[in-house]
This record gives sequence, structure tokens and C-alpha cells, in this order.
Amino acid sequence: MRPEMILLVALRALRRNRMRSLLTAFGIVIGVAAVITTVSIGNGARAEVEEQVTRLGQNVVLVFPGSRSLGGVSIGGGSANTLTVEDALAIHEEIPEVIAASPEVRSQRQVSYGNRNWFTRIYGQSSDYLQIRQWPMEYGRMFDEEDVLRANMVAVVGQTIVEELFEGADPIGAIIRVRGMPLEIIGVLQTKGMSLMGSVQDDIILVPYTTAFRYISGRSHAMVINTQVYSAELMPVARQKITDLLRERHGLGPGQDNDFTVQTQEEVARAATETSRVMTFLLGAIAGISLLVGGIGIMNIMLVSVTERTREIGIRIALGARNRDILRQFLVEAILLSCLGGGIGILTGIGVSYVLAFYADWPVYLSHNAIAYAFLFSAMVGIFFGFYPARKAARLDPIEALRYE
Amino acid sequence: MAVVVLEDIFKTYHLGSEVDVPALRGLSLVLEAGEFAAILGPSGSGKSTLMNVIGCLDRPGRGRYLLEGEDVAKLSRDRLAAVRNRKIGFVFQSFNLLSRTSALENVELPLMYKSDGLSLREIQRRASEALDQVGLSDRADHHPSQLSGGQQQRVAIARALVTEPTILLADEPTGNLDTRTGLEIMEIFQKLNDHGITLIMVTHEQDIGRFAKRTIVMRDGRIVRDDPVEDRLAASDEKEKLPVLVAEEESVQ
Ligand SMILES: Nc1ncnc2c1ncn2[C@@H]1O[C@H](COP(=O)(O)OP(=O)(O)O)[C@@H](O)[C@H]1O
Ligand SMILES: [Mg+2]
Repeated sequence: MRPEMILLVALRALRRNRMRSLLTAFGIVIGVAAVITTVSIGNGARAEVEEQVTRLGQNVVLVFPGSRSLGGVSIGGGSANTLTVEDALAIHEEIPEVIAASPEVRSQRQVSYGNRNWFTRIYGQSSDYLQIRQWPMEYGRMFDEEDVLRANMVAVVGQTIVEELFEGADPIGAIIRVRGMPLEIIGVLQTKGMSLMGSVQDDIILVPYTTAFRYISGRSHAMVINTQVYSAELMPVARQKITDLLRERHGLGPGQDNDFTVQTQEEVARAATETSRVMTFLLGAIAGISLLVGGIGIMNIMLVSVTERTREIGIRIALGARNRDILRQFLVEAILLSCLGGGIGILTGIGVSYVLAFYADWPVYLSHNAIAYAFLFSAMVGIFFGFYPARKAARLDPIEALRYE
Repeated sequence: MAVVVLEDIFKTYHLGSEVDVPALRGLSLVLEAGEFAAILGPSGSGKSTLMNVIGCLDRPGRGRYLLEGEDVAKLSRDRLAAVRNRKIGFVFQSFNLLSRTSALENVELPLMYKSDGLSLREIQRRASEALDQVGLSDRADHHPSQLSGGQQQRVAIARALVTEPTILLADEPTGNLDTRTGLEIMEIFQKLNDHGITLIMVTHEQDIGRFAKRTIVMRDGRIVRDDPVEDRLAASDEKEKLPVLVAEEESVQ
């Protein structure tokens, strides 16, 4: 039997039972969609973590709200509201080893210019932020202390924003809108395209933290305080002083735990690697389970269908189909179904990811690899779970099968 | 030349481990090319079992079976499938068409399992030709549920013919059809036989047997009578007479 004939025979068999075919594929749709969505969420979280690590400049110490004794890293950001803007200012002013401190507040927002829209991340920072990060400007200017003091509606944007809202044109002086409020662009950042998650980092808008707190984020506390220390040797001292200062400011007695976490960039990097590893493992488990469930669904319906199609199989054998022709037909049917399910599942997964990004304010990044693997997996699920029913079909006795009512 | 040679064939069905049902008991039969044989006999006499053996769907328990001189009993399952595909055409009492599948696609089916793969275009060409032969080219797109019983059986005959088999095997081909439609099927069979196809047909109706050239009567898994048909009927003539016959029957009642 020619391969294209097997394909044709399988396609025709699927067409004969459209409803059953679609229902069978549905199990895989759910599995693959779940995989794509979880991987997108995981990637989003990881990108966020990696970004936190890569954007650290020289001699950086980070202060997170809440206590994390096991070295976890803030990914969704600011679960505890313990860090204030005043804490950041105090660190800057009272600790001589610290050059700069920027209270950070992040939000994901839709921004618009003319009839163009873009969904991006808006970071509230102090005017020192670019110095801490050692991130140069492309052109224009960074907002200054005056802008921060007055909570001016000014913004410095990354390259992605320039591309998406201005098609690469010079945006200086343009007014974009966030939640209906005007924001004037005063500067453009250099691209970070060289780094691992390059384009992700360029998808950013920086505003004075005062502006972010008041008009954009709806939050009242800092999610991180970014601080920079004069030199590497001073890091331990600075770290101790920051801890002492914050304990005092937060009124913590000798027996009480810290309600914040101070970490150096190395510690953050190490924690990030660990987080990524755990995340990958969890996602793998979820992916495996959901695909398994889909595969068992395919096997279940295929088994029922072999019984239901006993007479059809008898007819085919009487007309000269060999056992292996029947086997291949059922196998190809299973693979086609799981690929169909995989295809629809990918589209669903992408859709769900976007919905999550949009409405749940969750950082989501689609991975081409995940999509390719999900598709490959669903084909393999088809082979694996289609094999047993196919073999059962191929082994039917033609005379019994033809007598089957 | 002998197309089918059966020598001392036995076939026993085993029900469970205890009960043995003998279906064929030492049956011998020779069929020459171009024959049209009708197999008659009461229900349970082994007619279908014999057809399954001749059609290579089932192997005899004992005995020798030569199909065009080839000892079929020794062939592997795959070779048997190829023999069924190339040499045998089946027509069943219950038509056995694939539902929700057009007449044309039903007829294409055996060609798809041919070992020397044909192109789809060639398959479609041959299938429409076979449909044409049974006078159904205008129904190629119809599904079985959109066809009458007689039309479905004609599709089944086209499907059996499309591979140009050596023998056509028909197990009670008119069993599910009314008299007129049954005669139409017999007319097609006689025409095919005139063109040289060897035909074996099972029936339990004595009258239907008279369209064949030879009647073989079975009882308890053996052949008890084997006669040439003296007063052979032409199905086309009988069909002509039919309306009159129906009218006569009505006047009698
Ligand atoms: N698959 C089977 N299993 C058990 N017994 C069978 C089977 N097929 C046929 N038989 C038995 O074999 C005998 C011959 O059956 P069959 O060839 O179908 O007769 P016919 O077609 O003349 O009615 C019957 O007694 C029948 O009950
Ligand atoms: Mg029978």
C-alpha cells in the first residue's frame, strides 16, 4: 500500500466520523493548551527573574519586602508592603557607603499613541536608576530630581516602545497615554538587545517613582529598593548598615525577624538559577500530566471506535487489506487526530497566554520552542496511545468482524 | 482450466473447549473457468463456511485447496490478503458498504489495497468505470443511505469487480432484495458471466439457482447433489414477465 493511500484512507475514515474525531482531538487540545500556557507563564516569570539579575549594575544591593530566609526571589513582586519611599531615601542619605537608592514600583499597562496601542511594563524609579544599572541613554534626557519631586508626567522609553508606537521615529516631546493620562516622552534608552532576553528588556517605560505611585501603579509601597555601593569591598558593610537601619526604622525588637530581605547581586543570581530549575521541573510535571490525560482520552475513544468499527475493519480485510494496512490506518488516524488537537491546542494556548497577560497583569512570554515541542509531543502521544487500539484493530478475525452487528 | 480445486475439505468451529461444530465434512469440488455455480442447501449446511474458504477469508482445517493451481492453504496471512485483493470479489447479503462514504469511494477501496500502488487518478478512473458497468455512474456521489437496496448491491458488485478478479463470490446476494431487484442483480451476474467471469453464488431460493449454469446442493457440510442447469432462465426475460406475474398473483388472491 502506498503511503499516500494510507493517509487518504485515514483521512476519509476521520471525515466519516467528524464529531467523534473532533471530540478525540479535544483531549489533546486541552493538554497542549495547558502546556503552552504554563510554559508561557513560566517563561514570563523567568524572564522577569533573569532581567532582575542582568539589569543589575556594579556593586548593587537589592532590598525586597518581606522575609525570605530560603533565598527566594521576588518575581510577581511586592507580596508584602513593608518598604516605603522614605526607607529608600533614608538608605541613600544615612549610609555613606551607598551612592544611590531607587525605590522601584512596576506595573503592566496598555499605552497608546494616536491609534496605536502597546501593552508594556512601566517602572517607577528614582533619577539615579540609570546610573545604578549603568544603562546609557540613546538620546534625550533622563528625568531629574525635580521631575521626581513634582511627580511630573514624563517618561523615558526603551527601543521596543519606539518601534511599536512610533515605528522607529524620534518620539521626544510626543505625548502618549496611560489610563487616559498624558505622559510626555523626554528620553530614549539604548537597546539592551545584546543580552539574553534583549527585546524583553527594551520593552519598558521608566517614569519617576512619585508619578508611578500617584497615577499609574495604584500601589503605595516599593517592590524593590535598588541601591548602589561605592565598591565591592564595601558591600558587606553596606549590607549590614542597611539591615540595621531598616530594622530600626521598622521598629523591630531583638527577637523579631526582618520584614525585608537584603541581597547582593550574586545571591540574587544564585536564587534565580534555583527558581528557574524548580519552575522548569514543575512545568515539566504539569505538561506531562496534561498530555498524559489527553493521550489516555485518545486511546479510550480509539478503543471504543475499534469495537464500533468492527464491521468496517472486516470489510477492509475482505477486500484485501493486510493486518499492517489496518494497523497503519488506525495509527495514522490517531496521529492526525493528535496533530489536529496539537494545532488547535497551540492556538488556544497562545490565546489563553495573551488573555492572562492582558487581564491578569501577569508577565507572559511565548516560547517558540515550547510550541514546537508541544506539537511534537502531541504527535508522539498519538503514536504511543494509538498503537494499542490500532493493533487490536489489526488483529481482528475477518469472519467474526463481518458477522459483527 | 480449473479455477478452484477443493479436495476433502474439513472445517470445524470450536465453541469453547468442549463443543465442536463441524461445518464442512470432507467436501470436494472442482470449478472450471467461466462457470456460474449456485450453491443451495438448508440453513446451517455450511454454504457460508465454504464461501469463506474459497474466498481465502478462512483456512480449511484439513484438505487441499488450489486456487488457479496455487496451494492456498500454505500461504501467509499477508499473501492471503493479496490473493483476496487480486483474485477474489465478494458480494454479501447485507451489501457491507462503508456508511457515510460515497459509492465511488466505496468502489475505490479495494484498489487502495493493491500491492502495485496505482495513482489516485487511476483508481478513480477504474472505480467510475466499474460503477458504469453496473449502471450507476449517475450515483457516484451518493452515500449508501441515499441508495435503494438494489443500488447498494450494485455498488457492492462494482466494488467486487473493480480489481478484475478471477472469481466473484456472492453469499445470498438477493437475500435482502425484492423479486424485481433480485432479478436485476441476476441480470448483471449473467452478463458478467457471459464476459467470462467465474461466479459462485449461495442462495436458498431454488428459483434463483435456475439463472446459474450449475447447481450444487449441500447438506451437513457435504455436497449431496451437483447438476448442470437444464432449463436455464435468462434474468432479462424473467424481468419482462414480472409485471404480468405480479398481476396474475394479485388476480389469484
Ligand atoms: N463462527 C462460527 N462459530 C461457530 N460455529 C459456526 C460459525 N460459523 C458457522 N458456524 C456453524 O457452522 C455451521 C455452518 O454454518 P454456515 O456455513 O454459516 O451455514 P449456512 O451458510 O449454510 O447457513 C452451522 O452449524 C453454524 O452454526
Ligand atoms: Mg449462510
